[in-house]
Formats: sequence, structure tokens, C-alpha cells
Amino acid sequence: MRRMAGLLLFLAALTGAAAAVPMPELDVGQGGHCVNDPQVMRQNHMKFLYQQRDETVRLGIRGGKYSLAGCVDCHASKVNHSVLGSDRNFCQGCHTYAAVKIDCFECHSSKPRALSAVQREGGHP
Amino acid sequence: MSDQPDNGRRQFLSRGTAATAAVAVAPGVLLYDFARARPPAEPASSAVRWGLLIDTTRCDSGCDACVSACREENALPLPLKPTDPQWIRKVELTQEGTGRKVSLPMMCQHCAEPPCVDVCPTGASFKRADGIVLVDKHRCIGCRYCMMACPYKARSFVHEPVEDHSGATPRGQGTVESCTLCVHRVDEGRAPACVDACSREGHRALLFGNLNDPDSAISQRLRSVASVKLRADLNLDPGLSYVGL
Amino acid sequence: MTTRLSPRTELRNFALLLAAGLLVAALGLWAAHFMESRGHIVTGMNNQVVWGLPHVFAIFMIVSASGVLNVASVGSVFGRAVYKARAPLAGLLAMALLAGGLAVLMLDLGRPDRVIVAATHYNPTSVFAWNVLLYSGLFGTVALYLWTLMDRTMGAWNKPAGFLVFLWRFVLTTGTGLIFAFLVARQAYASALLPPLFIVLSLAWGHAIFLVVQHAMLRWNAMELHPGIQKRLKNLLGVFVLSVLYLVAAYHLTNAYFARQSAFERYLLLDGGAVTALFWLGYVGVGTLLPLALIFLPKAGGQRCVLGAALGVIVGAFSLLYVFIIGGQTYPLQIFPGYHAVSSFADGAITPYAPSLPEWALGLGGLGIAFLITLVGVRVLNFLPRDVPGQPVESN
Ligand code: SF4
Ligand code: SF4
Repeated sequence: MRRMAGLLLFLAALTGAAAAVPMPELDVGQGGHCVNDPQVMRQNHMKFLYQQRDETVRLGIRGGKYSLAGCVDCHASKVNHSVLGSDRNFCQGCHTYAAVKIDCFECHSSKPRALSAVQREGGHP
Repeated sequence: MSDQPDNGRRQFLSRGTAATAAVAVAPGVLLYDFARARPPAEPASSAVRWGLLIDTTRCDSGCDACVSACREENALPLPLKPTDPQWIRKVELTQEGTGRKVSLPMMCQHCAEPPCVDVCPTGASFKRADGIVLVDKHRCIGCRYCMMACPYKARSFVHEPVEDHSGATPRGQGTVESCTLCVHRVDEGRAPACVDACSREGHRALLFGNLNDPDSAISQRLRSVASVKLRADLNLDPGLSYVGL
Repeated sequence: MTTRLSPRTELRNFALLLAAGLLVAALGLWAAHFMESRGHIVTGMNNQVVWGLPHVFAIFMIVSASGVLNVASVGSVFGRAVYKARAPLAGLLAMALLAGGLAVLMLDLGRPDRVIVAATHYNPTSVFAWNVLLYSGLFGTVALYLWTLMDRTMGAWNKPAGFLVFLWRFVLTTGTGLIFAFLVARQAYASALLPPLFIVLSLAWGHAIFLVVQHAMLRWNAMELHPGIQKRLKNLLGVFVLSVLYLVAAYHLTNAYFARQSAFERYLLLDGGAVTALFWLGYVGVGTLLPLALIFLPKAGGQRCVLGAALGVIVGAFSLLYVFIIGGQTYPLQIFPGYHAVSSFADGAITPYAPSLPEWALGLGGLGIAFLITLVGVRVLNFLPRDVPGQPVESN
């Protein structure tokens, strides 16, 4: 019983703290119809991404729907053509809010695939 | 060159052509044969073993088309320092005694018994079912033990942060990398970039194909000409063979 | 404690040593951070020399860690009182060296942030992965052993625990040797002589470190070593140095014998520049001949001489490891026998290597960590070797 009360208090503190930080206003880029329900994606995108990543890299299974490049294609900001850059950008914004480090983009491109070379270099669209 | 819009849009690729025994890119040139075209959702299968036959008698010592094609495909920097990556390099050989000159491209030999895979503590280095040896960079801790173990100096360590992410293969600081046999192209039914570049130059020194299919062009050619594997004394059964050494 | 220093001076000295150790360790951590953020471009390493100076330090510490336990093993397994009195110190030193060595090894990774992957994804065919188990196992077994030594109620378990440590460290040193022995790719490493060589190296280096630390501790407490014990410990060092010399000679002679390897031996022993100098001056001169002279020459063998000999062995250890690890990599791989090879990737050419400042800092930082653990351990717990007065020193 004590433990339950403690847990409840802890949760209350957590949500309280979260409420104190304003929810990020994300630039969802092109957006549109996501490959799964947005709430499911918010909670589980890392699991989906990890699983597909391992299947692709190690087994050679291609064309799955949970592709990181796919996320970037749809959600790169139309302003800077990236999912990174500021606390409004799709990936960075939410990860800053949740205080979770993303290292995907140390190796993967944070810019959409269909972009021209000029845009990739960070030039004008 | 991952800017090609069709790169991630594999579903538009016609699988029909890939299912034929060979794709003729130019009259009389059998480039690449598919014994069994694989739908993208299926895992690579051990029924296939990808290999490369390198004919050094056709390789021109002044040419580095394969090297620059690889650099472009994977967005690698121009190698200026001993810390810069080289997935494929040209080696110029002079035979001791006779002075005979040989020029050849050198890269990961995609060993069937790869020492890099044996020594890797995390299983980051692995061999795909179809014989392609890769580094899973999500798992690589950058210990460089594989580089110590590879007898062909096939691997590079990423010594600096990577700025250019436009390449076909994601690359990142602190991990080890090497020739992927252009696994992303192979899975699409295309030949590695170096192979295409070499035939574009008209040398056709590189022949890519399925070693497990006795009727493939590479298997037929391996039957008809004398070839060697590098450091055959180590019994690693490389997927690459060389003619004219 | 029978100390002649006043408690104030003693405390001040301790604080000074502690500060020095902390500084060196902090510099090492800074270097590691610098290497992680900028990449290994700030080191002297490259795609040919992939293991640099940090590996020299790390392997020195790990190999010695098992060697220092020698004294403890003789005490517990063979029941010799003189050695048993030194067992706690030996155990502490082993843990300290292992911690220092592993820290360097880990911080030199390209992705030290991912080191946990080595535990979650374990490749059972990798010698490197076996060693991770062996190293953590040594910590456990030594801790257990120290417990049986320090807790009287555990006394009965001392002998089995000592035996376990004894076995474990042989396996561990063999494992370290195997890391290299399995590298068929490079000329220097694929040799069946490496595991036994690493075992005798560990005995010699570990014993030398033990003697240096014991000397410092006794001096600190203004104590003298019983001449009989002194002689025994010194002769043991001499025997170890000779065994190492024998195996090193065997390794190079067998290499030189095989035609395939003779060019490589020529490089190491004749025209390798720094590598050659380190071999002859560092290992043969300072690391072998000097200690042998200091131990066995008629008028030598006093306390000072033994200390000098032990320090010489340590200098020799670094020299030999540098020749083995760096020299073994600067020499090109032989991929095309019968041909002379040229390329833009150092085929057929010697690759120059010079350790950079961060590499030195990281390596020394590891030694700093080992030093700190020893210093604090010795002060907080009772690790000073105490010989029971009047007890006969067995002769052999
Ligand atoms: S050539 Fe080297 S990197 Fe490639 S599979 Fe063989 S050992 Fe591994
Ligand atoms: S550097 Fe990476 S791929 Fe190579 S052995 Fe270490 S963890 Fe494996």
C-alpha cells in the first residue's frame, strides 16, 4: 500500500514536471498519412526502427515500411530541409523535449532523399 | 549518387528483367546474371554466393574508374592522408626477377571464412547469407580488432566526424567500414558500382555474379581460365579471384 | 605503524601523492574525451597502424596484473609464509593494474559510449570477447581471494581461492597472448610461441612492479627487508628475466628461419629505426642486461640494485611491447608474395607512426588510475608485507 502511494506520488511529480515544460511545437514538414497510428508511432517508433534496421542490415530484407529515410522524407522541415536544426524540427524538437539523445544522424542523412545536391549542401531550395 | 529519386523506390523497379538469366548492357557483354531474383521482402539466401572475378590482364594501370565510382557511390572523401578510408584501391605490382607489371583493384575479398568476423567481439562484423561480409555499424564499438585480423588490409577506420551523408551506405566516426560489394545495388538487382564503371570504360576487367550457380557467367569463366585467390595459404576461401597473377 | 615520519608530514606526503595521481588520471580522461569528440585523427594512428601507444600501456598493465599475483600464488598454493605475507599487496596491485589497463583499452575504442554492446551482443568465437570474460573473472577471483586472506573466518578457503586465482591468471595471460597469436594476417603475430611468451612476460613484469611498490612502501614506513627474503625475491626476478630472454630469442630466431618472415625480422632487428633502437637499447640493454648485472654480479644485489633492476625490467617491458605492437603493424602486409607492391594505401611500404600527446596522456592516465587505487588501498587497508620476526626464512 505504501509502495503504491509512493509510486503515485512519483508519477504525479513526473507529470507535474512535464507539464512545467511546454510541449514542443513541431514542424512536421510535409506530414500526411503516417505508416502507422501517430500515437503508436510516438511511443514505439524506436522499436519499429530498430527491428527493421536489424532485418535490413543483417538479413537483407528490403522495402519495409518503417524506414528512417522514409521518416526524414516526410518530416524534414520545409524551411531548412532537415529533421534537425532547432527545437522545432521534427526529430530534434521531440528528442530535446524527452531528453533522449539521438545518434542516428551521425551516420544517416537528416535530409530527404529526393532533394537536389544544391539543397543538400544547405543552399537555397 | 543516392540523389536518384528511384533509389528508395524499389517497388517501381521491374523485377521481371532481373529474373532473366543475364542482363545484356551492351552487345556481347554479359554483365550480371541472376539465378534467382529475390523479392525485396525476402532475406538474402545462402543459395546464392556473390563473387567477383578480376582479370588483371584487362586492367589498365592508368585507370582508376572503379575507385572513383566507389568514392562517388558511397560519398567517400578523396584519400589524401593515411587516415582516410579506402574501400577499394589500385595496387601496382612488379614481379620480382622478371619485372612483369600487373595492375589490379584491391578490396574486401568477401571471405567465406572471414577472420574479421571471427575476431569481432560484438558480432558487428558479419557475413550475410549470400556471402557478402559487412560491418553492422550500429553494433561496432571501434575496437579495430578486425583491421588487425584482415590479411588484405581491406578495412578502414573512420577517424573523423562524417559530414557528407549523401552516400548509399551510412558512415560514422569511430566505426570500421569496408567494401560492401554495393549490397544496396545487389539487392536491387544491379551490379556493384565499380563493376559498372569498369565496363563503361570498356575494360571489362571485373565480372560479378553468383558463384553457386554453375551456369552463371562468372562460374563458366572460372572454369575456363586459370585464376588465383590472394593468400590462398590461409584457406579463407575469398569470394574474389584474380586472373593473370 | 612504526613510522619515522611525523604524522603531519606523512599526511602531507600522502596528500601530495594523491593529488599527483589525480592529476595524471584526469589528464588521461581529458585525452579520452578529446579523442572521442574529434575522432582518432588526433592520434598518430591510421588505417595501417590501428593500435597505437594506448594499447602498449593497456597490454602492459593487463599482462603485469596477472604477473604480480605470482607472489600470492606461491604463498597460497605452495604454502610459503614469506610469500603469503605479501599476498594481500599482490592482490591489490593486480586489481589496480587491471582496472588501469581496461580503462585505457575501453577509452581508446572508437565508440566508448557503446562499450555495453560488448556485453549485450557477445560473439563466442572472438578471442577478444573471451578476454572480456577473463578480465572480469580475474577481478572476482582476486576479490574472493583477498576476502579469504583478510577475514579470519574464511581462512579455510584461502588455499582453494588461491588455487583458483593461480589457474585463472594462467588462462588470462594465455588469452592475452592468443589475441595476437590468432592474427594470421600480420607477420609479427601468428606464432604459437606467443601464449608461453606472454606468461613469462607477465611473471617478469608483474614481479618487477611488485618489487618497486614494496620498496616504496617499506621506505615510507622506514622498514628494512630481511636479507634472506630480499635475496629470494631478487633471484626470482633474475630467473624471470632469463626466461623472457630465452623465449624472445626463440621467437625471433624461428621467425628469421622462415624465408617468408626474414625480411620482417630484418626490419625489426636491423633497419627499423626507432623500433630497432628500442629493441636493442630498451629491451636488450636496459630491460635485460642491466637487470641481470644488477642482480647477479658479485658485488651487486643490494636494495638499490634490486630496485634499479626492477625499474630496468619495466622500461624493457615498454620497449618490447612497442616493438611488438607498433613494429608489427608499421611493416606492410604481404599480400602478393613474389611481387613488389605500390599503392596509395601503404601496400609494400613502411608506415611511419608517432604517438601523439593525447595518446601519451591516455596511457599515462591508465597508470595514474592504477597508482591511485594502490595508494588509497594501501593507506586505508592493511597491505604492508609483514614478516613475522624470528620465523625462519626457508631456503629455496
Ligand atoms: S577481406 Fe578482410 S574484411 Fe573482407 S571478409 Fe576477408 S577478412 Fe573480412
Ligand atoms: S572494430 Fe567494430 S567491426 Fe571491427 S572487430 Fe571491433 S566491433 Fe567488430
